Parts: sequence; C-alpha cells; structure tokens
Amino acid sequence: MTSYAIEAEGLRKRFGTTQALDGVSFQVPAGRVLGVLGPNGAGKTTAVRILATLLRPDEGSARIGGLDVVRDAARVRRTIGLTGQYASVDEDLTGMQNLLLIGTLLDLSRRDARRRAGELLEWFDLADAASRPAGTYSGGMRRRLDLAASLVGRPAVVFLDEPTTGLDPAKRDAMWDVVRTLVGEGSTVLLTTQYLEEADQLADEITVIDHGRVIAHDTPGGLKRQAGNRTLTVVPVDAADAPVVQSLLAAVSGDEPQELPDGGSSVPVADERALATTVAALADRGIAVSELSLHLPTLDEVFATLTQTPTSSPTTSKEFAA
Amino acid sequence: MSTVLDRTVPTGTTTTPPGRPFRGLRHAGALAVRNLVKTVRTPEALIDVTIQPIIFLLLFTYIFGGALGGGDRSSYLQYLLPGILAQSISLAGVSLGQNLNSDIQKGVFDRFRSLPIARSAPLVGAVLADVVRYLILFAVIMTAATVMGFRVQTGFVPTLAALGVSMAFALSFCWISVFVGLIVRTPGAVQGLMFLLVMPLSFGSNVFVNTASMPGWLQHFVQVNPITHLVGVVRGLMLGGPVASDLAWTGGWIAVFLAVFVPLALRAYNRRA
Repeated sequence: MTSYAIEAEGLRKRFGTTQALDGVSFQVPAGRVLGVLGPNGAGKTTAVRILATLLRPDEGSARIGGLDVVRDAARVRRTIGLTGQYASVDEDLTGMQNLLLIGTLLDLSRRDARRRAGELLEWFDLADAASRPAGTYSGGMRRRLDLAASLVGRPAVVFLDEPTTGLDPAKRDAMWDVVRTLVGEGSTVLLTTQYLEEADQLADEITVIDHGRVIAHDTPGGLKRQAGNRTLTVVPVDAADAPVVQSLLAAVSGDEPQELPDGGSSVPVADERALATTVAALADRGIAVSELSLHLPTLDEVFATLTQTPTSSPTTSKEFAA
Repeated sequence: MSTVLDRTVPTGTTTTPPGRPFRGLRHAGALAVRNLVKTVRTPEALIDVTIQPIIFLLLFTYIFGGALGGGDRSSYLQYLLPGILAQSISLAGVSLGQNLNSDIQKGVFDRFRSLPIARSAPLVGAVLADVVRYLILFAVIMTAATVMGFRVQTGFVPTLAALGVSMAFALSFCWISVFVGLIVRTPGAVQGLMFLLVMPLSFGSNVFVNTASMPGWLQHFVQVNPITHLVGVVRGLMLGGPVASDLAWTGGWIAVFLAVFVPLALRAYNRRA
C-alpha cells in the first residue's frame, strides 16, 4: 500500500571527488508540495534526477507511488513529469510540435495529443506563439513551454527543478499559480528552489539541503520557529505614547525594545502569551495603536542559521517587516 | 507532520499501450520526424551531403584526375565516382553524432529519458532520419557526376542495388558516430574524432587510386578496410564486374558495426548523465 507519493531513503551519489548527495531522505504525501531548498551545488538537482529515473543512486533507494525508481523505472516514467533547471525544449520545433511530439511518445492518439497540446498552450499563454519555433521564444516562454511539455501526460508526480530561476516577478507569480493549480488538481509536486520566499509561498513542507545532506525538515512555519524568536511590533497612533509602549514591551519580553522610525517599537518575544498580554496592557492604559504584529523571522534568517553562514544570526538581525 | 493521504497515486495518463515492437517503431518514427524538421529548418546542415561531395568530385576529377588517370580524365571519373560515393556516405554520418551531442548538452534528451519510451528510441529515430540525408547525397552525387560525364555501365536495377548496399553500410557505420557523439564532450570533438577515423579509411583504400602502387604493409590494411569493399561492390554494380567477395566482406563489416557499436552506443546513452 502506498502512503507516500515520493519517498527517498539515504540517497548517496558521488561524481568523481564530489559527494553530491550524502544520505538524503524525505517523504512527500500524495497531493502535497515539498520544497527542496538549498544553495547552488547543494545536491538538489542530483536528487531530482535520481527521482526522475535519469540517474542511479550509488546507495539508498527512492520510490514514486511505491515504485522503485531503479527497478521499476519504466513504470515510474508513466507517472512523472520533469521540468529541468534548463528549459529542455526543442528549439527547431514549434511550440505545438514540441507538445505533439511528447503526446505521440506518450501514446496519445493524434487527436488527443492535439487537444492536450492546445489546452496546455492556452493555459500557459502560448497559443499565439504555437506555430513559431521555440528558438524564437523568450526565456519565460521557454520555461512555460518546458513546463507544459512535462504536463502533457497529466503526471501524478511533478518535479520542478528551479522553475522560476531567472524569471521576472510577474512571470514568477504566474508560475506559482501554475503550481497551485497542479496541486489543486491532485498532483504531488517536488519543487527545488534557491528562493526562500518561493518555498514559503508554495510548499507544505520544506527540506533544506546543503552539501548533499538534509539539514532541516519542517513546515515553513515550523522552520521559522525552529530558527529564532518572533518579533512583536507595536506602533502607537500618538507618538507621545511611544515611551509607555517601550516600557510595556520591555516588561513583556524582558528585553530592551528597539525603536522604529515610525515611532513604534519592536522586541523579540519567546513567550506564546506575549501578544495577548501586550494587547491587554495596551487596553488597560487606553493606548490606540496603528499597528500591532507578531513577525516570524524571515526564511533568509532561518537559512542563515541552519547553514551557519556567519554574516547574520537571528538574534542580531532584526530586519523590520519581512 | 501533515496527514498522510491514504490513497494511491493516480497513474494520470489515459493511454492504452499497444503492442511493444510497434510502439517502439512509432516512437522512433516520431523522433525521426523531429530530426527531419530540424534538418528542414537548418538547410546548411545539408552541406556535407550536397556541396562537400561535389567539391571532392570536382577536385579529384579536374585537379588530380588527369595525373591519376594517366591523362584520361573521363575514365578516371568512372573509376572515382563509386569511391566518392562510399567516402561521402561514410562521412555523412558524422553530423549525426554531432547533433546527438548537442541535443544532450541542451537537455532535450533529459525529457526523452524521463518518458516511458524505449531508451533506444531517440537514437534509432536519429539514425532513421539520416536515411533521408543519404538519399539526398545519392541523388546529388549521381546528378553531378552524370553532368560531368559519368555513365552507369550496367542498368537501373544494379544502380538501385548499389544504393541499397551503400545505405545499409551507412546505417551501420553511423553507429560509430552515434557512440562517439555520446562519449565526447563537444560536437567539435565528434567531428575531430570521426575525421580521424574516416580519412585514413577513405584514403587508405581504392577510392582514389589503384592500390597496386601502395607498399605491402599498406595493402594489408587496404585489404581489410571496409570502405575498400564497399567501393568494390558499388563499382561492380555500376560498372560491371564480380561483386560476390566484396559483398560478403561488406555484409560482414555491417554486421560487425551493428554488433559492436549499437550496444556500445546504448550503454553510453544510459550512462550519460
């Protein structure tokens, strides 16, 4: 019985003297999004290539829908779609021809292949460019065509290897919508990214990889909590109340609050009840506030902590408003 | 940890895979069409089967032909044409390896390798598409030679047979290029290595001159050289003469190329990351 759509167990892979993967394990339940987060060279692409049957692991095993990626590679390929880091579209073929070729290779009838290609070109806003060679497409269009090509067979499991690297913000948002739609339709998605915001936006769970090892695995929220205190920010309507707010925050947290340019104050808090206590104290004193918020640390801070980058740590970095 | 959904992953595709060999052929056919579309889009990729053989033909007929043929250029052309055909059709496979090499670099083959198709389909498809290039080569070279004064001495059917044997030879010989294309780093390296192989084979043979004037050690090489025997078959079929022995040799070499380089190429393809 299959309980996970994607399972990796102790994956190791060495290229020459480089240990690309050094014992990577994770599971993704069906219909969920796993974000695999890590810097360049962390081993993300190697992991995806093993899961997509393009590489054999030196050690460890992986299963897609319960099927082993080495022993049952042929059946695994029926259920997966892969969008690589470099858009692998055929530049000499038109957008339509690219998708029709994939449809034919997936044994769709000519009519089904044409219909599916039309649907996808429409969905990815490429219908107008359908009869142009993909070599004339912009970077964003190629990415979209590449993703469309990986979806021709309606795969149950989709691998997206850095799908938004190099896209402008508007194109990136469109790509995010695509991922959400896929999940809405029941696909399981494994997404690799260097962008913490992307993993935060899309993933149900995040596996952080560095130097071929998993260094953290949690929900986006859990990951943030794991790596640092939250920041409580209060901005009073009347600037004259600022000293009162400051002493109040100092009492709640036991820490010296930091003054903010807009007359507000912020302080790191560890106590789960800090927000409620603060609200009650503000009400007691009749202080009107224009902003009251509890910020989780940004994923950038989390990542810096996890990879022990010396430049910033969650206790010293108090960037306001993520 | 979120709830583990207790359901099997849907297979998604609504496909009914028909019989295996037929499926494989259809996939290879679709991939062959892909390669042909690429050829049509980049006509300059046809230089090696159009202009290049004509240049060789002109060069050897008009520059060396007088000297090599003892002053009789037209009978040298009769002698030369089957040789040029064999040389060109061997060289024509070089671009196959180059194209595969650059396709792999671009990541197009990652897509193919993640699809539920036979691993061999993209390679077989590329080789099948080359048939069209070899046909173009044959048409171009026969037309050019005829304009220059070449005349087939036998007839239409033997000429077709010569085409058939050359095609079979080319379709087996090109697997060397496929293999090289899969193991070297750049398309340029494919060309370099293949020229290193084809040039000694085509010059160390009976393509351009009668081998009787060559030193003994070289004649041993010439005797086993596959191009020598292909030229022998084509000459026999176009100009008349015995072909049985050369045909047997050529058949043997075709079998060797296929038996050695098809498995090597497939293995290299599976290994290539």
